[in-house]
Amino acid sequence: MTAPGRRSFIAGAVVTVLPIVSARATPADMEAAIREVTGGAELHDGPVTLDIPPLIENGNAVPLTISVKSPMTLEDHVKAIHVFNEKNPQPHVFNATLGPRNGKAAVSTRIKLADTQQVVAVVETNRGQFWTARADVIVTIAACIEDMN
Amino acid sequence: MASALIHAPKTAKRGETIEIKALILHPMETGFRPGTNGKIIPRNIIEHFSATWNGEEVFAMKMSPAIAANPFVSFFVVADKSGTMKFRWSGDNDFLVEEQVAIAVA
Repeated sequence: MTAPGRRSFIAGAVVTVLPIVSARATPADMEAAIREVTGGAELHDGPVTLDIPPLIENGNAVPLTISVKSPMTLEDHVKAIHVFNEKNPQPHVFNATLGPRNGKAAVSTRIKLADTQQVVAVVETNRGQFWTARADVIVTIAACIEDMN
Repeated sequence: MASALIHAPKTAKRGETIEIKALILHPMETGFRPGTNGKIIPRNIIEHFSATWNGEEVFAMKMSPAIAANPFVSFFVVADKSGTMKFRWSGDNDFLVEEQVAIAVA
């Protein structure tokens, strides 16, 4: 179990992997990006559905739908939907602006995922609440930055 | 050069919530990828998408390099008055495409 050969191999592997990792966002970067949006307000689990396939073969175009249960009236509506990721080079995916004119708070798009990671949706309501939904995604063929290796 | 594809109903009942789908041809080059010569291909993305109904903005999206090539967006809107929906994509290298559709509300 504690053979020195194995230890030094692991140490070497960590060193060679580091330069690639530093070119990407980290979960800490993502948390920082989320704080920029929320201004430090608390995130709550809300009526948010983050629909993304749990297992993705090709990270270049991943279908993503975010829907929120909201009456979408002038008094009670979703103001914005923000999406973040952990391990792409940048933590931002998109920021969508909505309002009572939308009738239904749902947005679909296709995104790139560079690695197996967590995708986070943050929903902002006109009442200043922040709701969140998270999904873990396994990516077998990463988007684009794979070429960097 | 660039072309956009909009999928929206031509007619709608007043107060009906309709789905709008918009697709545009664009490489969405991230700026993180090396090309065949080993140099990083410069970033070229669409940064902003917006939709207006009779001049009033009903949906907007700020995009990042993490949006897949040929960005597709779908959203909902309540049909209130007949008119035009205008779509606008803007981004790097002075990219700007505008498209519009007419929707009749009965």
